[in-house]
Amino acid sequence: MTSVERVPEDQIVVEGLTGDAAIAHALKQCDLDVLAAYPITPQTIIVEDYQKFAANGEVDAKVIPVESEHSAMSACVGASAVGARVATASASAGLALMWEVLYCASGMRMPIVFTVANRALSAPINIHNDWSDTYGARDSGFIQIYCQSGQEAYDTTIMAFKIAEDHDVLLPIIVAIDGFILSHNVERVEMLPTEAVHKFLGKRVPFIALDPTKPITMGPLALTDYYFEFKQQQIDAINAVPDVFKKVEAEFEKMTGRKYGMFETYKTEDADIILFTHSSPGGTAKAVVDALREQGEKVGVLRLRMFRPFPAKEIAEAVKHAKAVVVFEKCLSFGAPANPLAMEVRTALYDLEKRPMVTDFVIGLGGRDVPPTTIVEGYEKTKEYLKKGKAPFFETLGVRK
Amino acid sequence: MTLDFSKGITEFRWHGRGGQGVVTSNQMLGKAALAEGNYIQAFPEFGPERTGAPVRAFLRISKKPIQVYAQVYAPDVVVCIDPTLLDVVNPAEGLKPEGTLVVNTVNEPTDIRKKFGFDTGKVVTVDASTIAMEVMGRPFYNMPTMAAAVKFTGIVNAETVINEVLGRYPGKVGELNKTAMERAMKEAKVG
Repeated sequence: MTSVERVPEDQIVVEGLTGDAAIAHALKQCDLDVLAAYPITPQTIIVEDYQKFAANGEVDAKVIPVESEHSAMSACVGASAVGARVATASASAGLALMWEVLYCASGMRMPIVFTVANRALSAPINIHNDWSDTYGARDSGFIQIYCQSGQEAYDTTIMAFKIAEDHDVLLPIIVAIDGFILSHNVERVEMLPTEAVHKFLGKRVPFIALDPTKPITMGPLALTDYYFEFKQQQIDAINAVPDVFKKVEAEFEKMTGRKYGMFETYKTEDADIILFTHSSPGGTAKAVVDALREQGEKVGVLRLRMFRPFPAKEIAEAVKHAKAVVVFEKCLSFGAPANPLAMEVRTALYDLEKRPMVTDFVIGLGGRDVPPTTIVEGYEKTKEYLKKGKAPFFETLGVRK
Repeated sequence: MTLDFSKGITEFRWHGRGGQGVVTSNQMLGKAALAEGNYIQAFPEFGPERTGAPVRAFLRISKKPIQVYAQVYAPDVVVCIDPTLLDVVNPAEGLKPEGTLVVNTVNEPTDIRKKFGFDTGKVVTVDASTIAMEVMGRPFYNMPTMAAAVKFTGIVNAETVINEVLGRYPGKVGELNKTAMERAMKEAKVG
């Protein structure tokens, strides 16, 4: 580990940036070798801004303007294989088109940083936010971290390289923000001096790299003889993420004073009911908790950041005292007994001796606004279910029925 | 049970039409507030992005980090930059009783109060369309309307906002906007 120092205040630049621009500025400072991407709303500003930096000679990276997202991720895999530091960005249909190559990136252990402005999937065509795109990539072997604010997106993008490139991990990582709600929202963002980011990250040290003078083959074929062993190694790699994440974040905190954790707990210690969500609703839920606490309600929030690997044990520990956990999620798994986030939570709590009730509310699909009142509605419903001792597997909120 | 989800936050809602600079002026005001040491959120409501269609934008300003991520439903300030919208939308909808309604119109504050039944708070009118045409020769009335809002809400200093505008539009365009804004602040009526 490199030694980092606290960045003096007078070296910090404060700017009003959209979530996308905050990520683009972070990428600018991360000393990339290659960025390969295809623009798609609402992440377009990331690629546009980065291309501008490249055109102005502000970064040394090679930008590959590919003809599709399938090619974008393929180019990232190739570049990463020769030892380059690599990033891309996408959303929705673009992410869906990368599908096949996502598994190549993780199976070949390429530490690619993939920033996503979460957007709904067609049909009907919708450019707005929900989590169907990255939840769809749930099982692809990518690490997944979801951010609430522009500052957090900037910080997490920087840390993502250090987590992914650690030799105990060597996995691709998704850093996600809510499309439009954050990607196009101008917020106050504190930026570090570039030299500090360079020092924090160092140069990527590949574990093994493609080199014409010492030819090797990566990811060619493993059948019944070895495929399973490769997957076993991926299990070990993703299980190593929490320790590496904590180490990286501790160092980042030394440099900035900021840390976020695998999840954030807000007024949960004495809470009877804990609201459980991530990204922008995670912020709104905290505002709801403040308002409800003034009415004497014992309620808190667990705002998840790391969805993969899912910190199941830590979460069980953080919520086990509560009577109920109220999940709010922006994704459907059609025909499933519950939806992706609630399934994780129910699994995490299953082995507890005394399990909190888990309710599941699907919200905000296709960018439907999630006002604080929607969160309050889920909370009130859960209180009723607690009285009855019974709750449905899941419900939708904020939709015409 | 009445719940306040925006304690310590000043919330703006803008009404305009696609292409009139609602998103830009919202961001400029936000960045001016940021320059004065505030936390902000400045975001538009993205629909089908058609020129001329009614659009809205939202701004939050706070001394502390802002947690709530949703549209603004009970604004402290509403700014309507297009006079033709007054027959299409109700700008006073959800406006806090003690809030401020700023309208680009040739009419008087009392006319606007009567039209929307808003009989508390403040109503500010400014003929930003005429000002823009006379000063800039083009219908850029977002900045003069914003100037009227800045003067009568006092949340951000006019000088800071003008500096933002000059920074974004250096040279003649910025200077003309500044002249239009200063004139709007003089001519705006409150009632």
